[in-house]
Amino acid sequence: MPMLLVLYIEFFKVGLFAVGGGLATLPFLYDMAAKYTWLTTAMIGDMIAISESTPGAMGVNMATYVGFQNSGIIGCIVATLGLVSPSIIVIILIANVLDKFKESRVVKNIFYMLRPIATGLIAAAGLSVIVLAVFNTSFADFSVSGFSIKAVILFAAILVFTRKTKFHPIVAIAISGVIGVVFGF
Amino acid sequence: MGILIDLFLAFAKMGAVTFGGGYAMLPILQKTVVEDRHWATEEELLDYYAIGQCTPGIIAVNTATFIGYKNKGILGGIVATLGLIFPSIVIIGIIAAFLKNFADLAVVQHAFAGIRVCVGVLILNAVLKLWKGAVKGKITAAIVVLSCAVSAFTDVSSVAMVVAAGVLGFLFAGKIEKAESGKKSSEKGAEK
Repeated sequence: MPMLLVLYIEFFKVGLFAVGGGLATLPFLYDMAAKYTWLTTAMIGDMIAISESTPGAMGVNMATYVGFQNSGIIGCIVATLGLVSPSIIVIILIANVLDKFKESRVVKNIFYMLRPIATGLIAAAGLSVIVLAVFNTSFADFSVSGFSIKAVILFAAILVFTRKTKFHPIVAIAISGVIGVVFGF
Repeated sequence: MGILIDLFLAFAKMGAVTFGGGYAMLPILQKTVVEDRHWATEEELLDYYAIGQCTPGIIAVNTATFIGYKNKGILGGIVATLGLIFPSIVIIGIIAAFLKNFADLAVVQHAFAGIRVCVGVLILNAVLKLWKGAVKGKITAAIVVLSCAVSAFTDVSSVAMVVAAGVLGFLFAGKIEKAESGKKSSEKGAEK
């Protein structure tokens, strides 16, 4: 099978079976590394580091990185398209059904419960980012040894800045990146 | 055609400034999609996130497809998604080709430590806005707190939580809504 087709099919499978965001794609990538010689576990490590330190959805960045290592820019594009194809198909089907049943009592009831859960999940994601930013650790192995007073001050400053001004969030992100470099976070 | 270009550019911009995955994208989605362009409401955005969580694929991609589809059909869904992934392809392509040790550079690590703090604030702000759309009374407020705690402190998968919430909603949401809306319950009864 031509390499690009293999890339497309492998990432199509990842997109189809990885439920729940970027990190859910990892087990599939390790399987791929075991199966093919063009992907190694060391590359997956590099890939995670790069995906986390570049803009964009993590899963997309991972596919792009692996695709590039495999076949250059065209590999990038093919792997990423493979990854997003199942999403486009599945979501369009769901959106279509939802449109038809938007006013149904059953759909309204289901969303009445989904909204608080989704809010809670997002809050948890936010908490883990804050813990990582302020204590440089995770919930699983929490310790106060990495506590950063600089991070707390920046946190408070950005909180006031974003709540008192109407700037686009992008402005706050850019300022924080510069402050991180200047003050050696 | 105009709206397709707008969808592509808006999602490309979001893809270029989102650090740290789908959840980090939410504050920027709120600003761009809900407040500036009115492509979706706060509640719809939350619904898309909930669905994106328990359907296959990357949450950010699923949300982009939803918003694109809602505004310009199948083509809109495809164009919004292509917009979202476009900056990743460009940026990762450049890094993979020229900057092998990009993630180890001190300047990158410092910038990201700063950006992480900001992303934490932005998600906090986003949650406060979402709270208004999701919480209608004490029961839904308790569900937000409980699901946040379960997600933060246990290994229960978020997929399982969303599916369980859907089933509970199917079975009990009518009663909970009645209890939370108090006086309005009689009107709701009449509606049926």
